[in-house]
Amino acid sequence: MEPIHTLRSRTVVIPSTNIDTDQLMPARFLTTTTREGLGQHLFADWRYDSEGQPIADFVLNRPEAQGCRILVAGRNIGCGSSREHAPWGLYDYGFRAVISTEIADIFRSNSLKNGLLPIIVDADTHAWLLAHPGVELVINLETCTVTLPDGRAVAFPIDNFSRYCLLNGVDETGYLLSQVASIAAYEARVGA
Amino acid sequence: MSPTTLFEKIWRTHEVVAETADTPAILYIDLHLTHEVTSPQAYSMLRERGLPVRRTDRTLATMDHSTPTDADQLFGRIPIKLESAAEQVSQLERNCAEFGVELFAVGSPHRGIVHVIGPELGATQPGKTIVCGDSHTSTHGAFGALAFGIGTTEVGHVLATQCLLQRKPKTLAVNVEGALPTGVTAKDLVLSIIRLLGVSGGTGAVIEYRGSTIRGLSMDERMTVCNMSIEAGARAGLIAPDETTFAYLKGRLRAPQDDAWDTAVATWRTLRTDTGARFDREIHIDAATLSPMITYGTHPGMSVCIDESIPLHGDVVYQKALGYMGLTPGQSMLGQPVQVVFLGSCTNGRLSDLEAAARLLKGRQVAPGVHFLVVPGSDAIKRAAEAQGLDQVFKDAGADWRESGCSMCLGMNGDLVPKGAYCVSTSNRNFEGRQGVGSRTLLASPATAVAAAIAGHVADARLLA
Ligand code: SF4
Repeated sequence: MEPIHTLRSRTVVIPSTNIDTDQLMPARFLTTTTREGLGQHLFADWRYDSEGQPIADFVLNRPEAQGCRILVAGRNIGCGSSREHAPWGLYDYGFRAVISTEIADIFRSNSLKNGLLPIIVDADTHAWLLAHPGVELVINLETCTVTLPDGRAVAFPIDNFSRYCLLNGVDETGYLLSQVASIAAYEARVGA
Repeated sequence: MSPTTLFEKIWRTHEVVAETADTPAILYIDLHLTHEVTSPQAYSMLRERGLPVRRTDRTLATMDHSTPTDADQLFGRIPIKLESAAEQVSQLERNCAEFGVELFAVGSPHRGIVHVIGPELGATQPGKTIVCGDSHTSTHGAFGALAFGIGTTEVGHVLATQCLLQRKPKTLAVNVEGALPTGVTAKDLVLSIIRLLGVSGGTGAVIEYRGSTIRGLSMDERMTVCNMSIEAGARAGLIAPDETTFAYLKGRLRAPQDDAWDTAVATWRTLRTDTGARFDREIHIDAATLSPMITYGTHPGMSVCIDESIPLHGDVVYQKALGYMGLTPGQSMLGQPVQVVFLGSCTNGRLSDLEAAARLLKGRQVAPGVHFLVVPGSDAIKRAAEAQGLDQVFKDAGADWRESGCSMCLGMNGDLVPKGAYCVSTSNRNFEGRQGVGSRTLLASPATAVAAAIAGHVADARLLA
């Protein structure tokens, strides 16, 4: 995994509340057996019409959204299914951070494992971000802050361990594998 | 020792390493359930790193999400129509063979929806930690197991190490007291709980369902309740095991047998929240106030009592949802025409659900123009239903009796609600497009589903009985 320190990008805003993982990645795209290429299906039913043509006024199809790496979403993004295909799709599309006031548990955990930063901000900052699409933000993982265009830095919470892994490009699988002695000892102790 | 919650007891006995400020806990997993959709990339990871599955004896696999419910396709008499689904199923077969994981493939008498077969086999047991790459793993909490859904990277973690890195969740007690009114089912109860909590009200928490109402539920009903915990955002739902739990498990294939059974039950009896134990949050519900429920919107929290009208006003979520659903503010749900009815899923595809539906349907006919799809939760349930002649009741009424699987719950296998059509569904999610592009899902109980199938529109099942 690539280490992440800072991320500077303009934002794309999708203000809908409760964007569930069926919207992020509809079930018909889950028959894939790899992680690659899911970006083309991200928000498929909001992005394309029944003929597969891009819907012009959906934000991801607008020219100003191209190249943006930060998605600002309405409250409670990622609810629903545990499909990791949702963060895979967001990452493959080019997003590296999702900002909201609430982020569903499993989606949040899946995102952290795939280099996609789930960032929770206070309601006022969120309201401002929703109202100002396309602003440039700087997300700093060292200081755990999002810097707004006026220079104000807003702190966001992130678990120490996840932060360490992201900053150093450490993958959690490797960490768990380094603990096999403890795991074997546990199995012996409880007779598992 | 200070009084502790059931959750805390299970958590503590599974800590390989406790959490610190800098590191999450390493939690041991007793049972890992897997299926074709969320496992391929995890097996690829094992292959890339040259790792085996650490505990094949704690891993079970089934195929359920993308398998056809049409017998000809399922049993290979004709090719599976969806090529990518066929590939996913055959990849699971290859992965399980290569890594030595027990697989209930097509043709196995034990195949079925992953959350249906775990309990059915007796593999789901009190006090266990159970995970699966599927959010409805919360179902198994009905047995007093700590059971939750994980992503595919975590599926890889469990395959490789039998452990997960976890932060300890918060606890939420949902206390329900009193008898459920006639015609009010476990599905109505859980839809009411979700409406009350909101779809993110349980985020970060494990719910323990408590109180006399919960104690009075059968295991099938408890599973319906725990199944939908995730729809309130909760990681898991838990119900303390009791005599009902033990009676369900006794004699099942993977349950402890003989002396081991007595020892197990003695341990299971200790699995309860101590008097005086503190939850992070508690809510109370009076069962007498509950009614049959139906959803009108695009998340499971947007529901009304069956004889209520859709609220007149709402926020932007409400407006967007009504636009998608093609429903009008203030409209009564009763009388809303439906074109599809789906009875099945890990929420309501168990034998008692089919029995309840057949009881109401017997001697009646599905309304013209309604496609009533009945999909048993597992092959064992299908056999048991057929042994009772339930299949004949469904077929005689004009319903479509299928092979087991997830089917129209998420429409991955080609069983789809047509664009714009209304479907009363006993499943758990009414998200936009969940049952097919443009599908409009109304979540309800099996009884309400049957009432709609007969009437051709949303109807009150209490008037049928
Ligand atoms: S029946 Fe539906 S909710 Fe249950 S496991 Fe299958 S797809 Fe998921």
